[in-house]
Amino acid sequence: MLLATIAFYLFSTVLIAAALLVVSARNPVHSVLFLILAFFNAAALFVLLGAEFLAMVLIVVYVGAVAVLFLFVVMMLDIDFAELRRDALSYVPIGLAVGAVLLGELVLVGGSWAIAPGATGVAANPTPAGVTNTEALGRILYTTYVHVFQEAGMVLLVAMIGAIVLTLRHRAGVKRQNAAAQIGRTRKQAVELRKVRPGEGL
Amino acid sequence: MSAVDMIQFNADVMASTPEIALGCGAMALLLGGVFAGDKWSGLVTWGCVALLCGVAALVLTTGEGRVLAFGGTFIVDPFARFAKLVVLAGSVNAMLMSLDYLRDEKLTRFEYPVLVTLATLGMLTMISANDLIVLYVGLELQSLALYVLASFARDNARSSEAGLKYFVLGALSSGMLLYGASLVYGFSGTTNFAGIAQVITQSGVPLGLMIGIVFVLAGLAFKVSAVPFHMWTPDVYEGSPTPVTAFFAAAAKVAAMALFLRVVFGPFAAAEKEWFQIVTFLSIASMLWGALAAIGQTNIKRLMAYSSIGHMGYALIGFAAGTQSGVQGVLIYLVIYLAMTVGTFLCILMMRRDGKAVEDIADLSGLSRRDPTTAYLLAILMFSLIGIPPLAGFWGKWFVFLAAIQSGLYFLAVIGFVASVVGAFYYLRIIKVMFFDEPALPFEKSLGNVNSALLAASCAFVVFFVVMPAPLIEAASAAAKSLFP
Repeated sequence: MLLATIAFYLFSTVLIAAALLVVSARNPVHSVLFLILAFFNAAALFVLLGAEFLAMVLIVVYVGAVAVLFLFVVMMLDIDFAELRRDALSYVPIGLAVGAVLLGELVLVGGSWAIAPGATGVAANPTPAGVTNTEALGRILYTTYVHVFQEAGMVLLVAMIGAIVLTLRHRAGVKRQNAAAQIGRTRKQAVELRKVRPGEGL
Repeated sequence: MSAVDMIQFNADVMASTPEIALGCGAMALLLGGVFAGDKWSGLVTWGCVALLCGVAALVLTTGEGRVLAFGGTFIVDPFARFAKLVVLAGSVNAMLMSLDYLRDEKLTRFEYPVLVTLATLGMLTMISANDLIVLYVGLELQSLALYVLASFARDNARSSEAGLKYFVLGALSSGMLLYGASLVYGFSGTTNFAGIAQVITQSGVPLGLMIGIVFVLAGLAFKVSAVPFHMWTPDVYEGSPTPVTAFFAAAAKVAAMALFLRVVFGPFAAAEKEWFQIVTFLSIASMLWGALAAIGQTNIKRLMAYSSIGHMGYALIGFAAGTQSGVQGVLIYLVIYLAMTVGTFLCILMMRRDGKAVEDIADLSGLSRRDPTTAYLLAILMFSLIGIPPLAGFWGKWFVFLAAIQSGLYFLAVIGFVASVVGAFYYLRIIKVMFFDEPALPFEKSLGNVNSALLAASCAFVVFFVVMPAPLIEAASAAAKSLFP
């Protein structure tokens, strides 16, 4: 128990520190790296809560895909982040104000929270006993919700087809690499011997 | 997986055979199209038509009565079968209409039939949804494919605009629907329709659930383009390629209406007092605005957009009635509307001059002297859209108005009647332009064989429905009955 408490405070401290560094670091690449650190610590908090599936998904999806994508964008696009951030301090008051409003609303919602009396009896998938939550999720994802799972795949397929339909153009006159033609070229096709007389060009 | 689970899983797969076949077939045809290239897109189109017909046969033959699958998230009942067949008919039509049109517009690409097929898959899923998650995934699959189809003519500014507008507003409506769904889930503890119905029956409608219902209905009203969620319709109908517009007006509307019916009479059945006001308002506003706003239109596709808004208003009367005969009326109305709208869009398809599609109502002037057959067929369709007896359009209105009167909703029936009379003006104007105005330049060619056959079929249905109405009425009655167990 004590160990869990220590771990919780350790992870949350690092998480908050990393999150602060994401916004305050001068170098954008450092920002993204701190973001990855924040994701890892959030995942560790999920593990402490017993939600190991969520933790792993957080690492695979956010660290694996999103953060790397950010990194690519940051490194490949020529955006002057220091320039963008120069005015950031002037937004602090309004940011704090919006944050305060959100906090107030959350407190109000939390204070008046009520669930319909009939609701507890009909929960579609109560957590089964004696099974890890990854296994429990897997059980319903591949049985009850298997068609939704597959259909979500179809949605992605449509998105892919759509992107191709709307943007791909087969332009004429585009030079493409053709390895066979390049290798198959002979000396005769490529090089020509010309006599150049003195005082004259070609 | 234990043996019992295995048996259950097999039963689940059996129940969703049409969807599985459609999904696998669409992917196979996509692969075929990718390898064969756009030259063979005609073949892919016919392949998709065959696939849809096969799926229709599967819908007819698989399962009896009411089957719940995948832990109650997926439902196959006579209502679902009926709506699926209507949607499949609309999709086949959109496919066949595209053959000549896409060639003439130099848009021949094999992705068109594949996208229509995938949109149809989404529609079938929506119709069979018995769970908020399934509802949303089906709706998104359908919508995403429709956004792409709307801007299929990507080099045409209006088509791109239509796609973008549809996408932005569609995303907004999806967001509203999702927000409503999350509220419904939060306050009822389940996403399953049967579970939600049980919660509402046991403990009434708390405020949060009420807000959830409002948002879900607003999202659905957007999909059926009921006023005040109709703003996208005229622009999208006008800008999209004509076969796509026909697909929107026919299949997409039917699927969205079927989903609307399922949601209103399934999970929210016990909250009738709450949704009754919403549906009544949508119905009245759609009927009146559909009739009034169409008067000033000069573009025939925009006119058809307002016409479709108005017709959805009439169909919503059947919802408000809240009875089995009301639902039956809606289903009959949808089938008849499908036939009329398909016929009209086929006539619009024929309006081509100098290699370009022309869409002004004035371009039809004097059609009776240039091409009397088409003029008379279009006149029949217009009379049917007005609701002149004994054409099919009259009977569609008859059944929903009758249901409203049986439920004591006289004011709705009266407003519906008034809106029909106002709406008659703009349909009659088309007939007047065709028969009494000086002839404009002739259109370059008549319809191809396939489209002529479709036009003949839709007109025959409109004219001869009165002779043999029993099969449709009985099927709609059986379908409506299954919504009221």
